[in-house]
Amino acid sequence: MTTRARARRGRLPVVLALPALVGLAFLVVPLAGLLVRAPWSTLGEQLFSGEVGQALTLSLVCASLATLVCLALGVPLAWLLARGDLPGRGVLRALVTVPLVLPPVVGGVALLLVLGRRGIVGQYLDQWFGISLPFTTAGVVLAEAFVAMPFLVISVEGALRGADVRYEEAAATLGASRWLTFRRVTLPSIAPGVVAGTVLCWARALGEFGATITFAGNFPGRTTTMPLAVYLALETDPGAAIVLSIVLLLLSVTVLVSLRDRWIATPT
Amino acid sequence: MTLHAQLVVDRGSFRLDLDLTIAPGQVVALLGPNGAGKTTALRALAGLLPLTSGHIGLDDEVWDRPPASFVSPEHRPIGVVFQDYLLFNRLTALDNVAFGLRARGTPRAQARRRARDWLSTVGLDDHRDARPRALSGGQAQRVALARALATDPGLLLLDEPLAALDASTRVHIRAELGRHLGAYPGHTLLVTHDPLDAMVLADHLVIVEDGAVVQEGPPATVARRPRTDYVAQLVGLNLYRGVAEDTTVVLDAGSGGTLTIAEPATGPVHVAFPPAAVSLHPEHPGGSPRNSWAVTVAGIEQHAHTVRVRLDGTPPVLADVTPATVAELRLTPGMPLHATVKATEITTYPT
Repeated sequence: MTTRARARRGRLPVVLALPALVGLAFLVVPLAGLLVRAPWSTLGEQLFSGEVGQALTLSLVCASLATLVCLALGVPLAWLLARGDLPGRGVLRALVTVPLVLPPVVGGVALLLVLGRRGIVGQYLDQWFGISLPFTTAGVVLAEAFVAMPFLVISVEGALRGADVRYEEAAATLGASRWLTFRRVTLPSIAPGVVAGTVLCWARALGEFGATITFAGNFPGRTTTMPLAVYLALETDPGAAIVLSIVLLLLSVTVLVSLRDRWIATPT
Repeated sequence: MTLHAQLVVDRGSFRLDLDLTIAPGQVVALLGPNGAGKTTALRALAGLLPLTSGHIGLDDEVWDRPPASFVSPEHRPIGVVFQDYLLFNRLTALDNVAFGLRARGTPRAQARRRARDWLSTVGLDDHRDARPRALSGGQAQRVALARALATDPGLLLLDEPLAALDASTRVHIRAELGRHLGAYPGHTLLVTHDPLDAMVLADHLVIVEDGAVVQEGPPATVARRPRTDYVAQLVGLNLYRGVAEDTTVVLDAGSGGTLTIAEPATGPVHVAFPPAAVSLHPEHPGGSPRNSWAVTVAGIEQHAHTVRVRLDGTPPVLADVTPATVAELRLTPGMPLHATVKATEITTYPT
């Protein structure tokens, strides 16, 4: 049995093996290239230089704020989709996932049309409260949240659907309101899903480019996040672009490692 | 303070329609086969499933009376022990028991004190800080009972509370549950498919089949005088319907045959007798006033210390015999025999 299995494994067809290897190289070589070309000697220096440091700080702050916005709005939204007795729940779920497949630039344009100074909602924000969101740091947070929230919602909704509703019923028979049940029974049981969704959401927000540059523009220190800085630095200072890219690569790998149990583990 | 309920729930092609009255301190068992609607009834009482029509009320408090009023589960004074207990895995045994008190606004310290008292009552002083996963089946069941009783509910609902336990723990936990139910002053509804649980724990049996009550009464009466084949099977009796005239009962076409009974009766009756009252003979015993008819062996099953023999005939009958008899008669399926039953062993009661 073992011998036969081994023999069969040895005869991997070339038509499959060759493209597989090319595919692997295609994914890995560019990342390796990034590391090869990195200005290792001046890396520390560059990292804490004005521009790079500024972009890094702004990126971390904005991605974290966007993640908080997504948590505050996305978890209740996921609960509504998973537990609410709504007509047309399928349509709602589809709408929520649109930003997943939508080109981020289109998202940025849409945000501008609604929240821009002449936008459907934006003009009143401007007139009544004097608030203008485009081309501000708050705008960056909004653009990132818009693109990243579906990741959180889908992850949390999946966890909610997998959670046993009977425990919520048991809590209700003990006198717990739906809010208390959610906090004490539901939320602890879906915690792993919420954590995974949060990390994924944060990673997506950190890498956001299209919607951000469209809606928030590119103002160093205010709206120039790391992906924007990489793109701009490529023309003027390729070395800085590589350093920024390596930082982003490191953060992505960290995210993957932190989620390894959920996303890379071999399905059993 | 009596619980009155007329439970009507439509679920697709299934319709539950049963009346239920529970007096304070009374334990009513809802007994029936799987899919009879027992759990549906329990969920309706708990408020987890709204009634289609009918009503539920405790004394003059209305819990459910469609379409006007519906009290949600968290506002009903109930305690529920679920079939799989559904203890909260992330809380300790103590916090599980205190959960209901906390949810109903009892201050933390007081809730924990009362939860501790309840855990002592069910004999789990040493397991206060244990997580549900670390508890045995019997211990988890006791935590679930303490959790349900801790809020002093007016109505206690038990959904197959012993079904998840293995046979040896079950006997012990059943006796213990009986003691706690005896001390509980409120109304209790026990849902079970196990006749033994129902007979031991309940004061009153309500037997449901296909969403409707087929028989109810005190356990002793139900055990002696079953009214449906399902109940007869539960309590282990041979049951027939027929029409009596004096001491002769002509059985209905379903079974066929006639039986002689000891006490004269008239009109439609049920006749019942235990399988142990049936004797088997290789030849017609002849010349006695006993009931005797030809049968053939359809099946043989070993039960603890007796052998149950399923016999085809007019009427078909179950007989319990000793293994010695099986050996003596060399019982094999298809074998022709004569069954006899003494008239005095037969219970007759009007339908």
